[in-house]
Amino acid sequence: MLMTKHDARQNRSFHPVSAPDFLPLPQLRELQLQRLKAIVQRADEHVALFRKRMKERGMTPRDVQSLEDIARLPFTEKSDLRDTYPFGLFASPLKEIVRLHASSGTTGKPIVVAYTQQDVQVWTNVMLRSFAACGLHAGDIIQNAYGYGLFTGGLGAHYGAEALGATVIPISGGNTQRQLMVMKDFGVTAICCTPSYFLHLIDQAPEAGVNIKELPLHTGVFGAEPWTENMRRRIEEDSGIKAYDIYGLSEIIGPGVAMECACQAGPHVFEDYFYPEIIDSRTGAPCPDGQEGELVLTTLGKEAMPMIRYRTRDITALTAEPCECGRTLRRIRRISRRADDMFIIRGVNVYPSQIETALLNVEGALPHYQIILTREKGLDVMEVQVEVTPEVFGDTVGALERLQEKLGKSIETTVGLRANVRLVQPRTLQRSEGKAKRVLDQRKM
Amino acid sequence: MKVKQLSLFLENQPGALSRPVALLAKAKLNLLTLSIADTRQFGILRLIVSEWEKAKALLEREGFVVNVAEMVAIEVADEPGGLARVLEALEQTPVNVQYMYGFTLRREGKGLLAFRFNDPDAAIAALRKKGVNPVSSVELFKGAHP
Repeated sequence: MLMTKHDARQNRSFHPVSAPDFLPLPQLRELQLQRLKAIVQRADEHVALFRKRMKERGMTPRDVQSLEDIARLPFTEKSDLRDTYPFGLFASPLKEIVRLHASSGTTGKPIVVAYTQQDVQVWTNVMLRSFAACGLHAGDIIQNAYGYGLFTGGLGAHYGAEALGATVIPISGGNTQRQLMVMKDFGVTAICCTPSYFLHLIDQAPEAGVNIKELPLHTGVFGAEPWTENMRRRIEEDSGIKAYDIYGLSEIIGPGVAMECACQAGPHVFEDYFYPEIIDSRTGAPCPDGQEGELVLTTLGKEAMPMIRYRTRDITALTAEPCECGRTLRRIRRISRRADDMFIIRGVNVYPSQIETALLNVEGALPHYQIILTREKGLDVMEVQVEVTPEVFGDTVGALERLQEKLGKSIETTVGLRANVRLVQPRTLQRSEGKAKRVLDQRKM
Repeated sequence: MKVKQLSLFLENQPGALSRPVALLAKAKLNLLTLSIADTRQFGILRLIVSEWEKAKALLEREGFVVNVAEMVAIEVADEPGGLARVLEALEQTPVNVQYMYGFTLRREGKGLLAFRFNDPDAAIAALRKKGVNPVSSVELFKGAHP
């Protein structure tokens, strides 16, 4: 059997900082309960909106006596952050806050998040445990291509990687040719970025005279956007690295809420700091482990901005089944779609990830695509634009028409709806150097 | 005996053709033939060009998807039955014509046909047996502008 560059790596020793990942369950639950009580108390004392909502329910912090009681607490929504812009949900005075981040608001004002010194330490801790979980350690050279700045990705990964003792290259996002040059010349062994941006790097590597398969790069920590198992397979096949899924969101802390271990069996939630629930996104009712629904998170150790039952809009399921790695932390299933990204066409709910699966199932198609929704004579029309790649380009019209037809059939089978497939020239669709824009809704409602 | 042809994927929209042609002109790469197969949505631009490797690299750098096909160029006498004789030579063989187009060499004014066969080598062998000699790329570009 051929040795891949991953097989060739030495076995990693256990990193002591990962100890909380392996807490016996009764201890973990007890720790969570104590921290939950404290955070509810803190929010009730310092956050007016939370106090008001508790009052409306006739509840006080003392009503939280077990972890199950969390289901009685009010939700926090993204709109709460907008409505209280900029500092309305802070539970610490500004003099204790050492850092502010803000999200890219697609509509109107951004949302602002805050960290005390203690919060930055918690964040560093979970990011450090994230890197350790996928086998990185001191000695690794980490190219951090998450954006630095107001976005939480860059600095979050940076602090964790430094705490690990790795060599960090704070290259931030963008400038693809330079990314590839640095990857090669600095002997980079691990990279952090969005999965779609890494696919873009793979695409551009030959032009830069770089063969990623021959580089020391062995690990990718990918997150900040939904992706699929097919994308993972493609990344691993085309670059010879192991691709790990990291999950996080600014409202909770940034990256490092959950991270895959070497088993690549879904991200483990760092439950000692983030309490996960799954709810039915329409009714708000809790779902049992294993059932798919919207992920709701409560921060258990955050001072500046406690988030209680924050609705992430991410669709996933929690699994309590033991993982081979021995971590007691529950795992979330890979988040491949967001309640927000879903669109409804002719009454059918469609997620971009379904289209992606359909395209990938047709041999050789790379996931550079865009979905355009229009309305013609009162009828919704879905067009899927797919870039032609050298792999699928035969030089006869017949070959291209067969490809078009196959893609169309695959979408129809997966989604249950007909789509017009349009083949377009390479590099004509908008590339994401941050989050991918998959759906263009041009319907006039 | 085979001649390299470049095929480009183009979207069927105004200006799609002029960009690659202008790029090649600017690089002083001479077009010997140009043919287009198209549908309502997309087209395939087929080119036989001097220095095809250079042209391919240039077009790919500019974001085009380029496919290289081996063509067989055959000189056809300007008289009735010229093409029929060529095709007859291929009867009783498993060789298939996928597409073809005609062009002329400007200096000699001769009629030439470019064939895309499913099996160019088998086609060349069958043609030679019947006394039909394909034109080499050296001969082709001799007749073209430098």
